[in-house]
Amino acid sequence: MKLKFWGVRGSIATPGPTTVKYGGNTTCIEIRTDENDLIILDAGTGLFQLALTLFPELPLTCHLFITHTHWDHIQGLPFFIPSFIPGNILKIHGAYDPIARRDIREILSGQLQYCYFPVREAELRSKLEYITLKERQTIEIGSTTVTNILMNHPVLSFGYRIESHGKSIFFTGDHEPLFNIYEPADDEYEEYNQFMIQKNQSILEFIRGVEILIADTSYTLEDYPLKKGWGHSTFDNNIALAKAAGVKKLFFTHHEPTRSDDALERAFHEALERNPRQPGDPEYLLAMEGLVVEL
Amino acid sequence: MYTKKELVQLVDNMPAFPPSVSRILTLTADITCAPKDLIRIIELDPVLTLKLLQLVNSPYFGLSRQISSIKQAVVFVGINTIKNLALTIAPLEILNHDSKDTPHMENMLYHAIAVGVISRHLARRCSLSEIESTDFFVAGLLHDFGKMALYRFLPKKYNKTLHLAAKKQIPLHRAERKTLGVNHLQVGALLAKKWHLPMEFIACMGNHHDWKFSRTSLLQDCIYTANLIAQTIGVGDSGDPILTPSLPKPIERRLNAKLPELIGTLGDLAGEMHKAKVFIYHWHSDLK
Repeated sequence: MKLKFWGVRGSIATPGPTTVKYGGNTTCIEIRTDENDLIILDAGTGLFQLALTLFPELPLTCHLFITHTHWDHIQGLPFFIPSFIPGNILKIHGAYDPIARRDIREILSGQLQYCYFPVREAELRSKLEYITLKERQTIEIGSTTVTNILMNHPVLSFGYRIESHGKSIFFTGDHEPLFNIYEPADDEYEEYNQFMIQKNQSILEFIRGVEILIADTSYTLEDYPLKKGWGHSTFDNNIALAKAAGVKKLFFTHHEPTRSDDALERAFHEALERNPRQPGDPEYLLAMEGLVVEL
Repeated sequence: MYTKKELVQLVDNMPAFPPSVSRILTLTADITCAPKDLIRIIELDPVLTLKLLQLVNSPYFGLSRQISSIKQAVVFVGINTIKNLALTIAPLEILNHDSKDTPHMENMLYHAIAVGVISRHLARRCSLSEIESTDFFVAGLLHDFGKMALYRFLPKKYNKTLHLAAKKQIPLHRAERKTLGVNHLQVGALLAKKWHLPMEFIACMGNHHDWKFSRTSLLQDCIYTANLIAQTIGVGDSGDPILTPSLPKPIERRLNAKLPELIGTLGDLAGEMHKAKVFIYHWHSDLK
């Protein structure tokens, strides 16, 4: 199994001279199994560049897993060229939105309304299949399995674990570790704490033992207090998570859109200085557009 | 026939507007509201708590774990989701009913939802924010609550009233005056005052049939218009056999369109209504 990062930026695409090294496209990760099955995690703007490489393989079947439907994770979808071409099969997986009461098909076909995009869904020539997932539902793709868990973000958002021939990857999607909304002096503090521990523990168990953890790392410790509750995590939190889960490699992704390449590397090194690597600790890396990782 | 005193007594015996609903609406108008304040309000209302838990545990969410408290729900699906669910459920909570003696209630409820959905559409069309548009939805949902309250608490008499209006082809509020001595506008306004609703809501519930020049509020104009549109296109049934054919000129000027043109802008009303209906049925069937 191998993976390739096509988009590592959070929130909004940020092309320009200060993001040339790590890239300005929003979230999109390509995974190839040993059987060359194509799994794509999220459809941010990086999906367009990925689509351009797929022509030699057409017709193809593509298994797309959407963590959640905020713009930066779906904006590339209308520009996924294989969906216009007959013979291709696009299987799109994601969560139900209980607030808008829309399943993944309704949400994504909304993107193809005429006021947003000139091609309507009915005009797409590929075969589109939508699969609305329940939590912890497992999807089998050949000998590979993809299972999800609900993470913490201001919309229902899934993290995905991909397993194939004994190798495994977990992608958090957008996620903020749970925090207690009560003060220690409040009566409710302890009860809430118990629920939090339970939820954090279930996420940890779900991730445990994966080879590669790809984690939303939008913020530094300094950024976080102002952005608490926005649904994103920090370098330090993810280092702690990766160590506790016993992963081999941790990729920091969803880079904050105002952070330049230099500032990103500075934030990364400062985090490593605060959390020096001990023997047995995971390897820490910054996700970079175009980077390929073999498992 | 009811005297004014008896009417006040009747209204006094009707269910209180859950205070949680207006408090949630006020609290969440501030985007930075404290999550724990929201939880506290919800937990103080056992009915709302039950509804939220039923919904969070429904197949919509597809959670792998049973959720048994609001705090736990917040941990598992997030405060934002709970906040938005509460905002959706709260106004519907008021319209909950028992349908045995009130066969037309479902249609009235559907009409009320249609007026809510259409007036929210009109608000958005006037470039109001989402928060402001929510008020239009709630006001539309509540505009006929006086009627539904009369129907719910005096089902036999009210069935006769519906029959009389249809037979004589007179406006429903006039038939009410004949059979009950009061009309749903008066009852609606009294209930709205009892529930301490905003003045604007009281005005909408107390007067949405006779348009007067003295009005200046966009909300009241939109409720009046939405009511007319819902009747014209026949979504739900308010029970009123009389249909006003067009909008008063000042409303046309304010909304910058005539009635047929406004109807043309509704877009996927059927879809919106279907969602509201599915949601309500899901919600009622959970209670069985």
